[in-house]
Amino acid sequence: MTPRHRSLVWSATRHLLLLCGAVFILLPFVWMISTASKPQTEIFTKSIHFIPQTFALWDNFATAFGKASLWRFLVNGVVVTASIFVLQVLIALPAAYALAKLRFAGREVLFALVLFCILIPPQATAIPVFLLFHQLGILDSYAALIVPFTISAFGIFLMRQFFKTVPDDLIEAARMDGISEFGIVWRVMLPTAIPALTAFGIFSVVAHWNDYFWPLIVLNSEHLRTPPLGVASFRNEEAGTNYGPLMAAAIVIIAPLVVAFLLAQRRFIEGITLTGIK
Amino acid sequence: MAKIELNGIRKTFDQTAILKGIDLAIEDGEFIALIGPSGCGKSTLLRIIAGLEPQSSGEVRIDGVQVDGIRPSARNLAMVFQSYALYPHLSVFDNIAVPLRMRRHSALARMPLIGRLHPERGRTERGIREDVERVAAQLELAALLKRKPGQLSGGQRQRVAVGRAIVRQPLGFLFDEPLSNLDAKLRVHMRAELAQLHRQLKATFVYVTHDQAEAMTMSSRIAVMIEGNVVQIGTPAEVYENPRDIRVAEFVGSPKINAMPGVIREDRGLEVLGRQLRLGTAAAAGRCTVCVRPERMEIGPGPGTIAGIVTHLEHLGAEAFIHVKVDRIDLPLLARVSPDQQLPEIGSAIHLGFSDNAVRAFDAAGKRIDVAVPARSERVREKALG
Repeated sequence: MTPRHRSLVWSATRHLLLLCGAVFILLPFVWMISTASKPQTEIFTKSIHFIPQTFALWDNFATAFGKASLWRFLVNGVVVTASIFVLQVLIALPAAYALAKLRFAGREVLFALVLFCILIPPQATAIPVFLLFHQLGILDSYAALIVPFTISAFGIFLMRQFFKTVPDDLIEAARMDGISEFGIVWRVMLPTAIPALTAFGIFSVVAHWNDYFWPLIVLNSEHLRTPPLGVASFRNEEAGTNYGPLMAAAIVIIAPLVVAFLLAQRRFIEGITLTGIK
Repeated sequence: MAKIELNGIRKTFDQTAILKGIDLAIEDGEFIALIGPSGCGKSTLLRIIAGLEPQSSGEVRIDGVQVDGIRPSARNLAMVFQSYALYPHLSVFDNIAVPLRMRRHSALARMPLIGRLHPERGRTERGIREDVERVAAQLELAALLKRKPGQLSGGQRQRVAVGRAIVRQPLGFLFDEPLSNLDAKLRVHMRAELAQLHRQLKATFVYVTHDQAEAMTMSSRIAVMIEGNVVQIGTPAEVYENPRDIRVAEFVGSPKINAMPGVIREDRGLEVLGRQLRLGTAAAAGRCTVCVRPERMEIGPGPGTIAGIVTHLEHLGAEAFIHVKVDRIDLPLLARVSPDQQLPEIGSAIHLGFSDNAVRAFDAAGKRIDVAVPARSERVREKALG
């Protein structure tokens, strides 16, 4: 075989493998869109067909928005994820700056503790936090959804690693110019860290928008439900699970994430070209 | 305008002594260069003056006021960094305006969004704009004010960094190898610009570099630092012509000074490579090193010359260097010659000599020893001339 043939074969196999992976991952989404577009009668047929005979997507959307307070769930989701991210940044950036750029006794130990915190699964602390919130009387509230996630060990770690790459000269120039240490965090480090912050934002927003476990534990009230809990409420309808509107609601819920990711992807590249320090 | 005094500055990092007691008085309006090989502590010293690094002991005085423990920004010195350290997200205008904004606006007026509502802000901002534009015009940056640092060339960034330093009219300027990221041609150009700037501002300049050409061409005095000590301070000519220490002699001057092993005899006569020189010294007998600059080496046979083999030729256009391997010395001796004369072949035998006044001799500890033609032979020469 000539090298050209070999590379062609290799490239074909590569694409085939990737294609299989893509199909495997995308199939549930395709099925979701397909189901959301079918009327109830068509969903429970013996044969598998992706293209609905009767296009019922708009009806299903209408049912989804009419039946459950889907808008309310989306607003809850935005309030909770945005609050979590803002608070995480407010805490992680100064902490990361201190761990990356300030010299003080015990810094390495503190950083090791941060790393250790990443290893603790949230489920392990769920019960103690639940009991604590019960004592404080803040169960079944926005605070219960937001407060446990405000300190992100992963966020501190990620930003610390990024801040390590910011040249010391820049910080020292800022000190010479008379910017305070907190000023350096917000005026100098934050703007240079936009790419890392975007990456962290994606992780944080996706994790907390999609979080099912914690809201399920701390919430009782219908009006505080986050999107995943809201979707689940379709299952508990007395007349059996209504799959069409359920899938339509699922589309509505993942749409903001998909849009946000596509936007952030562009910001990523812009962010990297932004760092013209040298 | 400020006089900067350093008294007994010591700095230790994890038990490694970086600075071993530096005393230095920098005069008002002086352009002083701190030079030395990398790791000699010159940058650390500059950062101690700036207040970015606390010294382990000793004191820094600016205009007679002790500034130890005072924040960098309150010392009223400006610093230009090797990497320029411009704020990458701010335009050239904003970069230059930062030090003014930090000084002139109140904390409230600097707040994002609500700061704009502050009543004083508009007037202060107009003053800042005028000052930034004045500096930009002075440094020929007026056309670039809206650009981001990422869109500028190295030389332009350098000028922005200088602009940010001069805009607040500090007492003194600290430069930390500011030209080492530029290409050779631009470096020569910026050298002239910085020297011009110093003449214009008449401020105190402290300039750290490992590039002796920068130090020699721009500064009024050079402080040579080696292994945490200031070994010699003097004008560029003094340091070059009259090194007080062999490490200074070897560091200053490119290519390096020729060092040859020598002996001070019991009768105070000086010998080099087994040949007796006409020079004598008052120093104690023992080993010594005899140094001669490449441009003071003379080619051609004669009494007392050193024989060697040409191993390498470097033709630089305006000058040429001949590398000569001589017995009992590891490094070749270098002679600078004018390129219009016939260069010897590589591998050919050659004789090197030097006149008495070209000799700089150092004792076994590396300290300079004075050598002179003994009085006796002076008289002989006078007789001969008479």
